[in-house]
Amino acid sequence: MPRIHIDHREYDVRPGRNLLETCLSLGFDLPYFCWHPALGSVGACRQCAVKAFANAEDTNGKLVMACMESVADGQRISIRDPQAVEFRENVIGWLMTNHPHDCAVCDEGGSCHLQDMTVMTGHAYRKFRFNKRTYRNQYLGPFLNHEMNRCIQCYRCVRFYKDYAGGHDLDAFASANRVYFGRSDDGVLENEFSGNLAEVCPTGVFTDKTLKQHYTRKWDLTSAPSVCVHCSVGCNTLAGERYGSLRLISNRYNGSVNGYFLCDRGRFGYEFVNVSSRIREPRIPVNTQGESWEEHVHKATEVFRGTRIVGIGSPRASLEANFVLSRIAGRGNFYHGVSSSEFELSKTASQILAKGTVPSLSLKDVEKCDVVVIWGEDVTNTAPMLALAVRQALRNRPMEKSIAANIPPWNDAATRERVQQERGPLVIGSYGTTRLDEVASMTFRASPGALSRVGCAVANQLDDAAPLAGTLDEEEQAVANEIVRVLRSARRPVIISGVSSGSMEVLQSAANMAEAVRRHNADTGLVLTFPACNSLGLALMEGRPFAELLHEEQDRRGTLIILENDLYRHADPRTVQKIVALFDHVIVIDHTWHETARNAQLVLPAGTFAESEGTFVNNEGRAQRYFQVYEPVNGIRESWRWLLTLGNALGVSQKGPWNSHDEIVRALAASADVFEPVMRVAPSANYRIYGQRIPRQPHRYSGRTAMSANRSVSEGKPPEDRDAPLSYTMEGTRLPPPSVAIPFFWWPGWNSVQSVAKYQDEVGGPLRGGDPGIRLLEPTSKAPLYFSVSAQKPPEVIVVPLHHIFGSEELSVLAPAIAERCPKPYLAAGPMTFGMHTADHGAVMRLEIHGRMLTLPVVVDPAMPKGVAGLPVGLPGMEYFELPASASVIMQLQNAE
Amino acid sequence: MGTQSQHNTTFSPETLELVKRIIARYPEGKQKSALLPVLHLAQAEFGGWLSTETMDYVASLLDIKPIEVYEVATFYTMFNLKPVGKCVLEVCRTGPCALRGSDDIIEHLQKKLNIRDGETSADGMFTLMTVECLASCGTAPVMQVGDHYIENLSCESLDEILDRLRAQHEQKAS
Ligand code: SF4
Ligand code: SF4
Ligand code: FES
Repeated sequence: MPRIHIDHREYDVRPGRNLLETCLSLGFDLPYFCWHPALGSVGACRQCAVKAFANAEDTNGKLVMACMESVADGQRISIRDPQAVEFRENVIGWLMTNHPHDCAVCDEGGSCHLQDMTVMTGHAYRKFRFNKRTYRNQYLGPFLNHEMNRCIQCYRCVRFYKDYAGGHDLDAFASANRVYFGRSDDGVLENEFSGNLAEVCPTGVFTDKTLKQHYTRKWDLTSAPSVCVHCSVGCNTLAGERYGSLRLISNRYNGSVNGYFLCDRGRFGYEFVNVSSRIREPRIPVNTQGESWEEHVHKATEVFRGTRIVGIGSPRASLEANFVLSRIAGRGNFYHGVSSSEFELSKTASQILAKGTVPSLSLKDVEKCDVVVIWGEDVTNTAPMLALAVRQALRNRPMEKSIAANIPPWNDAATRERVQQERGPLVIGSYGTTRLDEVASMTFRASPGALSRVGCAVANQLDDAAPLAGTLDEEEQAVANEIVRVLRSARRPVIISGVSSGSMEVLQSAANMAEAVRRHNADTGLVLTFPACNSLGLALMEGRPFAELLHEEQDRRGTLIILENDLYRHADPRTVQKIVALFDHVIVIDHTWHETARNAQLVLPAGTFAESEGTFVNNEGRAQRYFQVYEPVNGIRESWRWLLTLGNALGVSQKGPWNSHDEIVRALAASADVFEPVMRVAPSANYRIYGQRIPRQPHRYSGRTAMSANRSVSEGKPPEDRDAPLSYTMEGTRLPPPSVAIPFFWWPGWNSVQSVAKYQDEVGGPLRGGDPGIRLLEPTSKAPLYFSVSAQKPPEVIVVPLHHIFGSEELSVLAPAIAERCPKPYLAAGPMTFGMHTADHGAVMRLEIHGRMLTLPVVVDPAMPKGVAGLPVGLPGMEYFELPASASVIMQLQNAE
Repeated sequence: MGTQSQHNTTFSPETLELVKRIIARYPEGKQKSALLPVLHLAQAEFGGWLSTETMDYVASLLDIKPIEVYEVATFYTMFNLKPVGKCVLEVCRTGPCALRGSDDIIEHLQKKLNIRDGETSADGMFTLMTVECLASCGTAPVMQVGDHYIENLSCESLDEILDRLRAQHEQKAS
């Protein structure tokens, strides 16, 4: 361990890092701009200067950029050296010459790195008396606001957007005093990770446009740690509220999951919480009287008493809510609110993770892999942040060269210069074009059958024990050979597949590949994606898919409770209608109106993620807790709380005698071995730090005595949280909370999101005390788990599911900003898909799937092979179809324009 | 900068040949490296400046995205992104030239041509630009006109120089 001297004191530090990260990790306040813990150093801004001394006798020293110097044993530096201090103040002075000093009207104000650094360096007065340069700002789409005058030319934006996230439409233009960061002209920023610019940019150039609609300063937000509900990755978020509406989603660092970033669906999808289609009050059929909504419900459900109770759970509801429902319904009466095919796929995927030999990888682990094989997934659209991790993984192979040339990986400028456009192997097997194709070393576009044949052949070539699934043609054989070659060359290979392909064959063949590579390489990993934020959690519970209700012999009359679910997204309309019609009484608990809720007799308004607490299991198998951000008003209650009320009302409370969230968690943990660790995911509601709760509001929260003065001059009593150790006010401990319960990142002198460093032992490492979340599944088996894949004879045309980051997910698409980016329903087809019919762009096709007719305009995907067509799933206005499916009758109604 | 539009000017066959040779200097797949020389050719051939259409055309020749061309073309002051006169007068204003009176030269030109820095005279003949060091400090003040330096400038000599440049261009035109 190198020992270095900082201002005459000795420190033992970790080798291989630069001085800036080292100083920050040691707790020093050293200002910086161009360096970012995830982006590395380029030495561009000159803000991090320190004095370096040749030896103990050297008193002159020289100025060096801390971010560009490796730590070395015996090194002597000074942060406090007067010259270094003056230099840093001057640097910020120069940077500020063109800055408009418009903090008062800037959305960044109060959480601005530039403000923090200006104060830190002591540059407190403006000295520049000349004209400032001004720019024309651009329209960048519904997510981000652009205000170029505030730019300090640190180049972080383009480095994140182009280099890190692979974007193409943001660039640096011109030079010197005219330098401009933007698009070539007005237009939507296309990259799926653009929202991170709001956090990456240290000033107010790029800010969250959705926040602007209901702007609130960081210090005025009531926030809580939350988990993104918009896909199965489960990125950690901070959710902020004011005046009863959700205002902002920002990144909550989790070193093992999302690191410093979020995708745009996760960042901007939150507004479904605020939309007018929210269910805000119970809809109760009979005219009841009661003091509280609970009493109303009690009375209204009296007639339901004694009937048999059937529950349909949800892949987007918490473990807790699903668990309570399963207990109220009782054994054999709990159904999973997913389609039968999704049920089988999710179950199989959960078995692969639990019973195979290959561990599932966190996103952090994926970033360390050097060979990636993606099988049947368009990860950018199904698990967006996974795509970002894959892009980083592709740098590892070529970086072996730069590391061998003694370029430390943190030295981003030199590394990129050495590596140029080189990338490690990425093989994508898919139905058509995917967003990662541009960085793939090989793409193979095929039907589900062909994908599984090739996958199984790869497994078989690596391990004889893996069964084949049919013979390959020449092209397929070449693909298989190439995959085997790259997998054999890997240090750390990862196979990525999942449920979104809709195909059991594809999923199983991917699992076979992973198992077979694992025979050769103990560092092999697997990532499976799931359709919803808690799909895996639900899959781990007992139960059957709800469509089976139709086929069961016995009389199903009674009461049906549907939890947080629009069944029409999981089965065709006739099936749903038939199932619902089986029951005398239908109760829906959800937060947003949809077809299923509209047709129910009793509708109870549930809290969204922001208005409740719970646990999700992400695609890695990590159980993660989210906390209530604010106490809901009117009749909105957490789903689990409504379920307890219902249980009481229906006279089945003896099955679940619980009153608090903690009690449910304890019962859940006791219910099955796999859920046992859920107890330890977060501290219980009684947890205190020196007797104090963790405040959801920062110490600078303002206006609390005035906020409701238009209604009453006396300040209302703040609600008390009986289910979490957090308070709804600014009162509470000032000490850092346990990592899982951090409601905002804030540190003296560090008001911006850059304060995350203060919550880590080592910059870029895990949060102090370990990253939040506990993995529930570890592979237990010693012997490989191989599937005998039955390759079905392909139909003439097979229609496969396609996914859209903006549109396919039920909740985020309700947010106006996301809806603006959502495509219209269409049919994707390759030029040769329909044989004789040349399906051109704009042609309108009529086809029959599962006996239902469908008329859609064609969008040509040149990559789609013959016999494969695609339907975007989940878009508003698209009915549910079980896919892949064969399409039989095809007619061209209208030619291309 | 605008959206891509149909470019109705293409390089002459000779220039295209030259472009191919320049691209061939670089390894396969690294044709973007030819960007600077090709932009110079484009500026010379298409009226002394780079329109959006011209840059899009260059992007298509090199098989890169238009934004990659804009990024580079906007960086270098040698590329003109607005139309210029037939003669571009690039007057050095760095220290040594300034000591030797470049301010007066610039002011003289501004008055005489009735334009400001960066503008083009009404007759479309001259564009005035101030530039940084032309590396000819020994003969300051200095200006560059096309490929030529005109050295040891003085206000008196300027009138004659302008007349000569105008005459040269008229001669070329006829
Ligand atoms: S826009 Fe922001 S991130 Fe980009 S260079 Fe300017 S200050 Fe830095
Ligand atoms: S990747 Fe998934 S979990 Fe992460 S922010 Fe995006 S939608 Fe949310
Ligand atoms: S942070 Fe070191 S030079 Fe910018």
